Amino acid sequence: MGRNLSFVEAIREATDQEMGLNPSVIVFGLDVDDPKAIQGTTRGLVEKYGRERVFCTPLSEDAMTGVAIGMALAGLRPIHIHIRMDFLMLAMNQLINIAAKSHYMYGGQVHVPIVVRSMIGKSWGQGAQHSQALYSFFMHVPGLKVVVPTTPYDAKGCLIHAVRDNNPVMYIEHRLLHFQRGPVPEQLYTVPPGKARVTVKGDDVTLIGISYMQIECLRAQRYLEDVDIHAEVIDPIWLSPLDIETIVASVCKTGALCVVDNGWTTCGASSEIIAQVAERLQGVRDVRVRRMGFAPVTCPPTPTLESLFYPNGRTIASEVYNLVKGHSHNWMPVERNDLKEIEFKGPF
Amino acid sequence: MHLIDAVHGVMGASAVVGTTIAHAVGYAYALKLQQKNSVVVSFFGDGATDEGVFYESLNFAVLKKLPVIFVCENNSYAIHTHQLRRQSNPNIYERARVFGMPAERIEDDVLRIYERVSAAVQALRISEPGPFFFECMTYRWKEHVGPNDDFHLGYRTREEAEPWFKNDQVKRLAEVIDARQRGRIEQEVETEIQAAFAFAEGSPFPDGAELFTDVFMEAD
Repeated sequence: MGRNLSFVEAIREATDQEMGLNPSVIVFGLDVDDPKAIQGTTRGLVEKYGRERVFCTPLSEDAMTGVAIGMALAGLRPIHIHIRMDFLMLAMNQLINIAAKSHYMYGGQVHVPIVVRSMIGKSWGQGAQHSQALYSFFMHVPGLKVVVPTTPYDAKGCLIHAVRDNNPVMYIEHRLLHFQRGPVPEQLYTVPPGKARVTVKGDDVTLIGISYMQIECLRAQRYLEDVDIHAEVIDPIWLSPLDIETIVASVCKTGALCVVDNGWTTCGASSEIIAQVAERLQGVRDVRVRRMGFAPVTCPPTPTLESLFYPNGRTIASEVYNLVKGHSHNWMPVERNDLKEIEFKGPF
Repeated sequence: MHLIDAVHGVMGASAVVGTTIAHAVGYAYALKLQQKNSVVVSFFGDGATDEGVFYESLNFAVLKKLPVIFVCENNSYAIHTHQLRRQSNPNIYERARVFGMPAERIEDDVLRIYERVSAAVQALRISEPGPFFFECMTYRWKEHVGPNDDFHLGYRTREEAEPWFKNDQVKRLAEVIDARQRGRIEQEVETEIQAAFAFAEGSPFPDGAELFTDVFMEAD
């Protein structure tokens, strides 16, 4: 393998390679061709593929999502980019009433192969409207696929799959993952739905980290190791369709499941995963479960409150400790500086 | 509700008013990028021009000079609410013109519509920049949904409707066609409708297994 790229570079490379391969692939969204180039993920594309295939849009999320659908009906494969996931609320009618339903509603006569890239923010005062992770909205609706890659490897492979998929795909990035580095092959490859990844093997508890929370779970796994609790960490990668089999197999082994979401828990991805596991394992295996996610409040911008809003490696470790021990302890690991940088090593 | 005939270029309809205007614009963008000598026509009512997506779509279509013709059928009513109770300026074509495209109103005159829209299609086919906008004045004869009169509801009067009944454009067209040809057309249409009814009524309801068909399109 050998070659390390950042998440941003992996997205940029996947987009470039797919655009080079297929003239139907086009890219647009607010600021895709500005000097910052969406954190660098669209850098150089306008010079290479021209302003008809790479263009900035008016601040019109509703119509531009409709435009993407119209393009897809005419045979293009648009990638529509939103710097902030919070703005997707302006496009819900198009995404849910049209993109998700057209193939079914029109009896298979049309399909809508669009990729909607959107970003979740965190820290630096992102606050109420720049921090939301709303993927569970989209998981709720049949006809949409939802992917939340965490590694550069998956960033590339999932994006290539998303572009080639004949259905609408919500591709959701966390901004704190953008500068994570990890091995990424130069050649084209896909990471399709259907397979979650066991990132660390363990026997005592299953720990699922969604999106950026995968990083915090990897920290928690190290803290837990210090007290001889061996967590199996899983990255679901695709939330819809969800690979529940890999998760169920792990919980069957460990008997304890903690799902750490990068979103609110109520009606969220963590609730869905735990419900599916409970349905599969009731009467088969005794299982203890725990959800963690955003505090049930609006995200505060001040750092002192914001730090309480999100789970982190230490709070996750503490909760998992209680889960495994079966009752409440006041154990909380001392912060380890060597866990500040968590890198994805692979192999994948 | 979900009319489509993709083979003949009818690309869908949405119960959520105004939604498809943006699809027409995106389709036109694709045609231009693919250098196809084709045009898109977007049909919607006065109610759709209440929606934000209408304005966003017009802006983008003009910005990119797209080969699309917007046809607003203004029948004065969105369900049971008159346009003047919903819109501060009832001249929809004036609002469209502000975006910088040719926009005109055509009164209840089907031949004038044919003439003006044909000219717009010709212009787009020789690559003149689009879009074009037509506000076509018309009137809803029957209830919002269904085949009945609804004057008894009291939101509109028969007197308001009378001039439109008198100026029936279908009758007007029929009168300019030679009687034998007209008879033939009517027969053809009647036969087609009867065949459609026979087909629909003679077709079985779908098998239960079809519930799960077409949620996703499988890979090619």
